[in-house]
Amino acid sequence: MYDIILPVRFFLRRRITILAVLAVALCVFTVVVVMTVMNGLVADFTDKNHAFFSDCIVSTDSLVGFGLYDEFISRLEKCDFVVSASPVINTFGLVESESSGKNAALDLMGIDIARHIKTTDFADTLYYRRDLPSLAFEPLYDINLGGCIVGVDLLVERQKSGQYRQLSYLPMWSYLITCFPLTPKGALAKTGTQLSANSATFYYSDNSNSGLAKIDSTVVYIPFDSLQSLCGMDIGAKRTSAIFVKFKDGFNINVCTDKVSLLWQDFISQKSDFMLAYLFGTVRVEDWKTYRRETIAPMEKEQTMMILLFALVGLITVFIIFVIFYMIISRKSRDIGILKSLGVSKSGIVRVFLRLAFLVGICGAVVGILSALVFLANINRLEGWLFDKFGFQMWNREIYAINEIPNEIKPILLAVVAACAVAACLLGALLPTLGAAGRKCVDVLKVNQL
Amino acid sequence: MKDRDNPLGDGLRHYILSCKDICKSYQMGATRLEVLKGVNFGVARGEFVAVRGASGSGKSTLLHILGALDTPDKGEVFFEGKNLADFSGRKINEFRNKKIGFVFQFYHLLDELTVLENVLLAKMAGGSALGWLACSDSAKSLACQLLGELGLSQRVSHRPFELSGGERQRVAIARALMNQPDIILADEPTGNLDSATGNGILNIFEKLHSAGQTVVMVSHDEKIADRAQRVIRLADGRISAA
Repeated sequence: MYDIILPVRFFLRRRITILAVLAVALCVFTVVVVMTVMNGLVADFTDKNHAFFSDCIVSTDSLVGFGLYDEFISRLEKCDFVVSASPVINTFGLVESESSGKNAALDLMGIDIARHIKTTDFADTLYYRRDLPSLAFEPLYDINLGGCIVGVDLLVERQKSGQYRQLSYLPMWSYLITCFPLTPKGALAKTGTQLSANSATFYYSDNSNSGLAKIDSTVVYIPFDSLQSLCGMDIGAKRTSAIFVKFKDGFNINVCTDKVSLLWQDFISQKSDFMLAYLFGTVRVEDWKTYRRETIAPMEKEQTMMILLFALVGLITVFIIFVIFYMIISRKSRDIGILKSLGVSKSGIVRVFLRLAFLVGICGAVVGILSALVFLANINRLEGWLFDKFGFQMWNREIYAINEIPNEIKPILLAVVAACAVAACLLGALLPTLGAAGRKCVDVLKVNQL
Repeated sequence: MKDRDNPLGDGLRHYILSCKDICKSYQMGATRLEVLKGVNFGVARGEFVAVRGASGSGKSTLLHILGALDTPDKGEVFFEGKNLADFSGRKINEFRNKKIGFVFQFYHLLDELTVLENVLLAKMAGGSALGWLACSDSAKSLACQLLGELGLSQRVSHRPFELSGGERQRVAIARALMNQPDIILADEPTGNLDSATGNGILNIFEKLHSAGQTVVMVSHDEKIADRAQRVIRLADGRISAA
């Protein structure tokens, strides 16, 4: 019974144990807050990528593209695991504002809006036509004009609070888009000895806020057929750069991607006599994560680095607890001597101090987690207050594509952090406890008599 | 057959606690200090023995060795004829808990516990939590009875630092008596008290002795030692007179 009463009494009646609890709580608080925010940021980023790029992408890096996409899409849509597929052209072009005369080289994305909104969450990124996304290329002011959707960061001012200053009306802005068409062989198309360039005017019909900063600040979306014609991807045979594929819910993306890959291999083997069959060689079939690995991998690497850094925080906690318990046990050596003189065994002494460590760990974890929950629940309010009062912002919303700091708490994270905190306390207390339990009680009692 | 368990001879078989040729030395810097140089000594059941000697003569060391708080470099300690060196770790703990009651000069009470809990600690240390639940009521009433007999019934819920030196020593005596041990080993029990309070503590030991309790007390003070039934003088690491 002494091994239950004594840890509780040592815990309640020693100020140093409060310091130990605070040290653990601080570490737990830091880990929970930073992990929640960083995990939220990574999850948000990957979710946005998934929503934008669908489940599986059949694509080529070549600007020439590949043909027979319509036929392959028909085959895909006959598969029981496919919801829909959408052809997409990725290319570059010069975009000139006809009102200001300013121009810039931008990424152009040709999409079949009806198919694209079924295949991706593109509809959710729109502002004016969110309710009627299939009409997104029809400007509200004149539905007969050819419309274009512009990445939100190209046109709309973003406030420091993170909100976009969207206009309540759709302004009638027009853009001259110029592309340099390529032949199916990849050469620049020429008219006589002159390089040919195709231009067309498109009217601002909507803006797209995908939440992916690089896309929202560089991409202009125009109808698939228009871009195909502008960049010469209708010369010889109609071509596309990519096919986005959406799988039905409940189907494993990796398994379905492998099936699409097999289907593609089967398709191109049947089409070996197609005149542009040589373009099939550059086509890859990938799941969305592999397709976007260049952007997702660094973030995931950062996340791994962060976990390693927090493992160091864990080690620091162990060391802090070790030092605190070393101090506690140094001050308690007389008590250890007394207990041993009363016949308490070595394991009994170890139990007393490990239970004390357990109490410190549990209380530290509870205090740390509760304060982290309170902090996270108010993190956006707090950041807003700091911004209003001092102009300080953790992530500049003019730069980072987040509206709010992620603060969704995962119970599993809390459980793991709490378990680690308790384990760290037990580990930190183990060595000094074993050392103390192994000492002769007469030595301890003598030392305390001097 | 040679009596291996009773090396002091058949005539001393009645000793409850005895030691033979006890030697103990400490390393003090570069020199080795020999504190005990072959001590032979025995205590009969019901005896009140005082071990007297100057400071540093090895009285406390001898007491610690007798109570299994320390081990001798050489020699043997016997309890009821059994060599303590043959005891397992568990049995040594049991010996300290059940057979011996220690009273120290500096009381050695736990500040985090109340007076009652300090006394009960001796009982708690000897059993499991479940065992404690089974006997806690009787243990509490025994502890209260002991504290009452020692004049501390009003102090049960106080903590040690709220008590005077004499009161603390009485709590320590109550704790030592809690398991009804065979022997009380008292190391300078009045060394930290004024003469009046010390006298009160000695009265308690005398009372315990007259009730049949075996007591071994260490003291450097001749007057205090003379209150015992038998006085052993320790000088230069040896028993000089008994």
